[in-house]
Amino acid sequence: MSKPTSPIDYAAFPDDRGHFGEFGGRFVSETLISALDELQEMYQRLKNDPEFQAAFDYDLAHYVGRPSPLYLAERLTAEAGGARIWLKREDLNHTGAHKVNNTVGQALLAKHSGKRRVIAETGAGQHGVATATVAARLGLECAVYMGAEDVKRQSPNVYRMKLLGAEVIPVESGSKTLKDAMNEAMRDWVTNVDDTFYIIGTVAGPHPYPQLVRDFNSIIGREARRQSQEQFGQLPDALVACVGGGSNAIGLFHAFLGDASVKMYGVEAGGDGLETGRHAAPLNDGVPGVLHGNRTYLMEDEDGQIIETHSVSAGLDYPGVGPEHAWLHDIGRVDYVTANDQEALTAFRTLTRAEGIIPALESSHAVAYAMKLAATMAPDQNIVVNLSGRGDKDIFTVAAIDGIEV
Amino acid sequence: MTEAQNRIDRRLAELRSEGRKALVTYIVAGDGGLENTVGLMHQLVASGSDLIELGVPFSDPMAEGPVIQKGHERALANKCSLRKCLAMVKEFRSQDADTPVILMGYANPIEKMGAEVFADNLKEAGADGALTVDLPAEEAGPLSELLNARNLRNIFLLTPTTSDERIRQITELASGFVYYVSLKGVTGAGNLDLDSVRENLARIRRYTELPLCVGFGIKDGASAKAVSADGDGAVVGSVLVSAVAESNDGAAAKDRIGTLVSEMRSALDS
Repeated sequence: MSKPTSPIDYAAFPDDRGHFGEFGGRFVSETLISALDELQEMYQRLKNDPEFQAAFDYDLAHYVGRPSPLYLAERLTAEAGGARIWLKREDLNHTGAHKVNNTVGQALLAKHSGKRRVIAETGAGQHGVATATVAARLGLECAVYMGAEDVKRQSPNVYRMKLLGAEVIPVESGSKTLKDAMNEAMRDWVTNVDDTFYIIGTVAGPHPYPQLVRDFNSIIGREARRQSQEQFGQLPDALVACVGGGSNAIGLFHAFLGDASVKMYGVEAGGDGLETGRHAAPLNDGVPGVLHGNRTYLMEDEDGQIIETHSVSAGLDYPGVGPEHAWLHDIGRVDYVTANDQEALTAFRTLTRAEGIIPALESSHAVAYAMKLAATMAPDQNIVVNLSGRGDKDIFTVAAIDGIEV
Repeated sequence: MTEAQNRIDRRLAELRSEGRKALVTYIVAGDGGLENTVGLMHQLVASGSDLIELGVPFSDPMAEGPVIQKGHERALANKCSLRKCLAMVKEFRSQDADTPVILMGYANPIEKMGAEVFADNLKEAGADGALTVDLPAEEAGPLSELLNARNLRNIFLLTPTTSDERIRQITELASGFVYYVSLKGVTGAGNLDLDSVRENLARIRRYTELPLCVGFGIKDGASAKAVSADGDGAVVGSVLVSAVAESNDGAAAKDRIGTLVSEMRSALDS
């Protein structure tokens, strides 16, 4: 790993073939190429179209409820003992997570494409709920693929999706989690490519998805940048966000990538601990490879087979990561660290008790690392943590761990 | 066989000169037991297969339908790997010097082995080419070069959604034959549209002289004959993988795929 010697124009990535350095690209069967070309062409056109941007901004303000606050967590700061911890409250968005920023954007693209049906894959169900929500709003048919294992551990979100009119399809193949749901969604898309728009939930998949999901979520960082200036008069010293596929993290980071003074930490799911092999931390303990339409860091065995991952958080339980993160890791711009299941659960409880905010287990990984980091920093320094989602969906998981029947 | 004459080219040229259609058969390596795959390959040949596509199992076979996907899962449960697939080709080759063999699979196992090592091993095992489902033309250049340099063929997919511009680009890169995917969907799907196959084969024919073999959705002799009418051959996979799955042992699997392949051979030659 080496630091870049000259300033990098981060906005120039991906290149026109969808590459972030050696990562990204398009590794899909031929049937999907024309649909990806069509999407890329449409997105390139609309991304600079004032009318499209105005519609997106309107939806973010009036449907999603943006801007989300930047909240100084004073009691959490006191517990950590060090730098001030600010929470970017994506948990306050409509549907309860950052995921809706992207689904509102992709729903606008779906509408422009004239397709009558949307599909999605989901792990914890946040993206599935966000997709079912925008589909209901636009009157589109919606199918959500979800690993059978995740259907079990995220039953509240499964019910929410059904209430919203979506068909939830449990996926029984492989490890029955997010990666298998993504395979199944790809199969559906290949088969129904004429009338179906695939709303990918994270900054992974074939080009142009990593780019457009990033662009739709980068509102998080643009707001945080402005709010930092307004609320504490300078840029943050550090940013912290959890990384599964990495959409909330890239959303927070992107507007700050060019600011060398801002340190960034992406927190992967350490599961039972990196040393056990039972985790979901490809950037910390994986190798570059090809899966789900892009080249990125993956968790795989010596034959190149993708291995099962483990995290207490269904939303982080994914063996890959967005290609832009793989690149930011390799060039050393972002530090990718881990928080294990126990640390995340402790942070979940701490934030709940200290601030009256129940965080998603995904976000709890970020909170856990931020508290550790804050303790090493000075009280006049500032950390912005992306509180990517709220924890309602996870209370059953935590209760079960505590041996409580809810 | 001279170095310049790849088995795929030779076999397809022979068939063309005889006015016959190629029967391309697919099974998943290691499915039905690691020890049975080579025997099944010989059975495919004995029953009339012209060219064998040996599926390399992958944990995430995104382009496969449920039948072949389960074949991959069974093969992985039997601990099959790319390395073992190469060993199977080598063993097959010790008794069959003529039948072309292609490895068909996904990019990641190749990436893990290293593309150059893979190309060397493919050559050394006596295989004749590779088809990597998730390596479209844009990303396939480096592997294509490595294969070409070893007189191995790189097989590409064309589909009903491939534009004319892409057909031109891909056929420039392709060698051996072109695999036309007859439908929008995954392997084993049932929505075959013969009019669309005919139109698209004619469209592709404007750009290349390479043999065109048609796959996806072929269930029996009649459908094999129908799709290959305007092309050079038919590719059959899911029905054979089903037959292996439904057999209790290697001998039963050989009988079943033998019967299926013979029926298709007769239909193609009739």
